[in-house]
Amino acid sequence: MILSYALYFAFACFGLAVLMNLWKIITSEGVGDRVLALDTMVVNSIAILVLAGIQEGTEVFFEATMIIAMLGFVSTVAYARFMLRGNIIE
Amino acid sequence: MGEIGDILTAIFLVVGGCFGLVGSFGLIKLRDPMSRLHAPTKATTLGVGGVLIASLIHSFVLEGYVSVHELLITLFLFLTAPVTALFLAKAHIHRHSEEEVLPSPGKDTCWAVLDERTSRQIIDEAEYGQDE
Repeated sequence: MILSYALYFAFACFGLAVLMNLWKIITSEGVGDRVLALDTMVVNSIAILVLAGIQEGTEVFFEATMIIAMLGFVSTVAYARFMLRGNIIE
Repeated sequence: MGEIGDILTAIFLVVGGCFGLVGSFGLIKLRDPMSRLHAPTKATTLGVGGVLIASLIHSFVLEGYVSVHELLITLFLFLTAPVTALFLAKAHIHRHSEEEVLPSPGKDTCWAVLDERTSRQIIDEAEYGQDE
């Protein structure tokens, strides 16, 4: 009982966080801010997937979570590299 | 046992959710780009850590075994969050800062990010390589 209420609260928190990140991506001026907001969105979506795993009681979501975590890290590093150098692989 | 596990999981879920919300709110609220870097890298990572601990306790109480997946994800996130923050800070220095505004680099001769000579040399070599 208390667990399902806490799950709904956490879902609401992280859903609101993803909406805030989207708002930041749309309204910010700089490229760096947008990349930072995208990275935060990836981390928040990882949290939402883990919450879905708790709710459903399955282990399937963890593989998806690992893949999204790795993709998010590599894409953020590639964006930062592009901002630094102008190309990614020299 | 089950009751205590449920309450512990609920506590960690609520704490993690609050931290995640604060991290993303700080991304909107803070003024300066470099202080904006603080909110997602610290608070959001802590929020996800709270949710992962809740999942760990839940799987231990419900199914009776310790799941390694959560530990792997926690380790990966806690390793990569500082690296992304460092890369974004470097990119910000590269794009927005002048040499005079920054503090002294100490023993080194210059800030590596702002070293015109080395970056120019690398870009030239890359372009020269493409022409060949």
